[in-house]
Amino acid sequence: MNLPILIKRSAMIQKRALDGVRYLTEQRMLFIGLCVLLSLALIGPIGSLFIDVTLHRPLSGAFSAPPSSTLPLGTDTQGRNIFAVIVAGVPLTLKVAFLAGSLGLTIGAVLGFVAGYVGGVVDTVIRTASDVLITIPTILILVVVAVSIKGLMSTDAMAITIALMAWMGPARVIRAQVLTLREKAYVDVSKASGMNDFEVMWKELLPNMLPFLAASFVNAVIIAVLSAVGLQALGLGPTDAPTMGMTIHWALEHGAVLAGMWWWWMPPLTVIMILFIGLYLVATGLDEIANPRIGHSS
Amino acid sequence: MTLDYVIRRVGIFLLVIWVAASINFFIPKLAPGQDPIVGALLEATQDGGVAGDAMVEIANEYKARYGLDKPLWQQYVIYLGAMAQLDFGVSFVSFSSVNEIILTRLPWTLGLLGTSTLIGFIAGSILGAFIGWPYSPRFLQGFIVPSFLFSAVPPYLMGLILVYLLAVTFSVLPYGGGYEPGVIQGWNFEFFISVLTHAALPAMALVVTDLGVRALVMRGTILSLFGEDYIKHAENRGLKGWRIFALYGMRNALLPQLTWLALSLGFVAGGAIVVEAVFAYPGLGSALLQAIHGFDYPVVFGIVFLIILSIAVMTLILDLVYPLIDPRIKYGKKS
Amino acid sequence: MTGDVLQVKGLQVYYGTREGQVNAVNDVSFTLEKDERLGLVGESGSGKTTLATALMRLIKAPGQIKGGEVLLDGKDLLKLSNEKMRQARSTEISMIPQGAMNSLNPVMRIRDQMIDTLRDHGVKRTKSEFRKWAAELLERVGLPKEVAGMYPHELSGGMKQRVAIATGICLNPKVIIADEPTSALDVVVQREVMTTLRLVQKELGASVIMIGHDMGLMAQFTDRIGVMYAGKLVEVASVRDIFNKPLHPYTQLLIASLPSLEAKEVFRGIPGRTPSLLNPPPGCGFHPRCPKAMEHCSRLVPALQKMATGQSVSCHLYDETTDSTDSPGTSGNGELKIAAPQH
Repeated sequence: MNLPILIKRSAMIQKRALDGVRYLTEQRMLFIGLCVLLSLALIGPIGSLFIDVTLHRPLSGAFSAPPSSTLPLGTDTQGRNIFAVIVAGVPLTLKVAFLAGSLGLTIGAVLGFVAGYVGGVVDTVIRTASDVLITIPTILILVVVAVSIKGLMSTDAMAITIALMAWMGPARVIRAQVLTLREKAYVDVSKASGMNDFEVMWKELLPNMLPFLAASFVNAVIIAVLSAVGLQALGLGPTDAPTMGMTIHWALEHGAVLAGMWWWWMPPLTVIMILFIGLYLVATGLDEIANPRIGHSS
Repeated sequence: MTLDYVIRRVGIFLLVIWVAASINFFIPKLAPGQDPIVGALLEATQDGGVAGDAMVEIANEYKARYGLDKPLWQQYVIYLGAMAQLDFGVSFVSFSSVNEIILTRLPWTLGLLGTSTLIGFIAGSILGAFIGWPYSPRFLQGFIVPSFLFSAVPPYLMGLILVYLLAVTFSVLPYGGGYEPGVIQGWNFEFFISVLTHAALPAMALVVTDLGVRALVMRGTILSLFGEDYIKHAENRGLKGWRIFALYGMRNALLPQLTWLALSLGFVAGGAIVVEAVFAYPGLGSALLQAIHGFDYPVVFGIVFLIILSIAVMTLILDLVYPLIDPRIKYGKKS
Repeated sequence: MTGDVLQVKGLQVYYGTREGQVNAVNDVSFTLEKDERLGLVGESGSGKTTLATALMRLIKAPGQIKGGEVLLDGKDLLKLSNEKMRQARSTEISMIPQGAMNSLNPVMRIRDQMIDTLRDHGVKRTKSEFRKWAAELLERVGLPKEVAGMYPHELSGGMKQRVAIATGICLNPKVIIADEPTSALDVVVQREVMTTLRLVQKELGASVIMIGHDMGLMAQFTDRIGVMYAGKLVEVASVRDIFNKPLHPYTQLLIASLPSLEAKEVFRGIPGRTPSLLNPPPGCGFHPRCPKAMEHCSRLVPALQKMATGQSVSCHLYDETTDSTDSPGTSGNGELKIAAPQH
């Protein structure tokens, strides 16, 4: 490997990287959204450098103490250090969201793909299932599950249940894409050139579906966060986990709003809001890539 | 509108109801350990005392009605029969019939949800149409970001913020409950005002978030509509601006907007439930919450089933009405 | 000239894109007489539809009418207020759109759409009077009155095109622009539509600008033809002259490429591609493809000059033989005053 080749290669890589970054920055919404999400993801790791995470448990400090220099976000009525709660809880909330979203996307993508590619009875069955489940609010199913497990709800159980109710969106989108792409000439050309079905799927169809897959993923994550936080706010989530939703639930239970303990419920609420805003920005940004329109938003 | 279409829609409707009922039946039975309902009944029969006696009666009735000692598939059939008649049984906590509980709570939820969705839809669609229309005054574009923010926040969180701002910091509106305790229920003015002020905050939370979503969707539709040939032709003919906006733009955009509404009914309902819970608003939402924490299974399943049933009915109605308003489908291809 | 209904002078329509400025309509001038039928032909991208849109003053951002005059009966349309221009559309100048496919509102009945045109131009009638009027209008274009109550998707392409014609003439405009009125229709229907158009124009005494790329159709319908290329008018002449003795090399190639029934030869196309309007070739826009290009064609832009025969052409081949009196491009003694070199 001699020097001139190395230099040339690295120049090419650099140019590619710069092009990628430039493309991202042009898509402002997408870029801002990703930055927002990234900063949320960093709260956990970076925050734990500043504080002992175990302080998120009750009896970690004074009760109902307002924010001060030693207690950046104060404590709640049971002595939890709110700052620690945030640092410990944000990664948990994110984990559930992305776990459920990924599972939902995978299930949905597979089912949607099969429905679109195979067609026929299989397609009808999957489509009907999708139409049926979409009418049912996820949170109600979560409620039924939560009640049945008698409060032993874990983050994994939540994630799986949500995934089972979130696959319809991705499935619908992927199926539509598969159907449109099937019509296109290049599938026939590929087949004519000797590729078998599987190869066609992999090499031709998949790359074109990436923006749609990404958009569906984000939408699935949004549904996941909505349902998970909603369930927790009702008090049905994992009781000892310091997630954002549970924290809000405890705050409500103990009348934090009326008592004026804004430091208890505002941080988790803000985090959730920021999470949603970031997700929606990414979703809208991806949507613009997938379906470019005449006028641009913001 | 073909027979085919109607059959499919009704078919899905029936499927939804059946799936909902089955979920309510099977999930408890699939739970690790003992069937929670059986468990609750067993616990109750072992208790002594006044409440205990009533529970024993209920337990026996349940055994008889739902055949808890019979094989599973038989229980299932009996259960489906009961669901078909909307027989949800009796509450484990208050011993009143579940249907009674539902009927007391239903008007509150309907009132809140109904008006909020209606206002949100109408206001949001109009706002969105104006924002999306290229000839609208520039300042309207400033509404885009707030709409975005509002649509991104779930209604119960919006509710919290509103409570903090309007009930706690500036005591403009009351927080919690359906009406002032102490006010006599009934058709009197005081009650009326009390109901309105108490419903204001939850309604606002629902309306504001709903509005954001509808506005953004409408804006998107109008934007893509604006490039259509018939709009250009309308301009070519020298039609007045407002006519093009209202009758060629908004009216055509209304159809997809309604479709969107149908699809989002599930979310709207889910959001409303949690909002009610947060505000302790005496509707189905808080009843559900209480029942959950009290492990009052019949009430929980009854309410869940009812909500799903309502959504399914509304979706079916919208699905059947939509082809009637879109002349393209109604009249089909002739010539 | 006094018989002129429409005078277009130096019209310029530019689009501002991120990569630069696109000159879609680059300094176009022509006149239209009363009762005259002018055809406008050119490849896709030559600027003809942009020209039509500009005449209706409906150019939207990022496009802009940068300069020129459009005099309709002496009034400059480009200087009218927005409201006055709106009123002028349909009453003074109207456009019959291309392929009426999507030009009709899919959720409105035909008669309601037609009546809207009347209503917004100050015509007040009762509902039944409007209905009667709509039925009569439809009959004028050869459609049965039942069509009035139908929706667009219930009609065939030819019927929709005729509805478009009806809407275009209902307020007796002086100038009718027909933008490829028969593109998507089959030959039989084409003929019906063109017959209708001819009839209607005679009744109204209006002038027609017909845009298209079907030379055969043009030959049958128009009195004069203007040829556009890359945003410029390269030749304007009577139909006979265009077909029998085309002057501009592009027109010559165009005529030569028309398939003929007698001489069964190889298809002759025009080599090369339409120029990019973003980076147009310097000098004459056609010179890269021109079989008769000379050295200075790549440096200097030819102006539209009127010849003794009455034809106008924009080509350096004819610079020596210009009629000096009323062409803008020459000075008195036959010396050429060539337009400024392209930047």
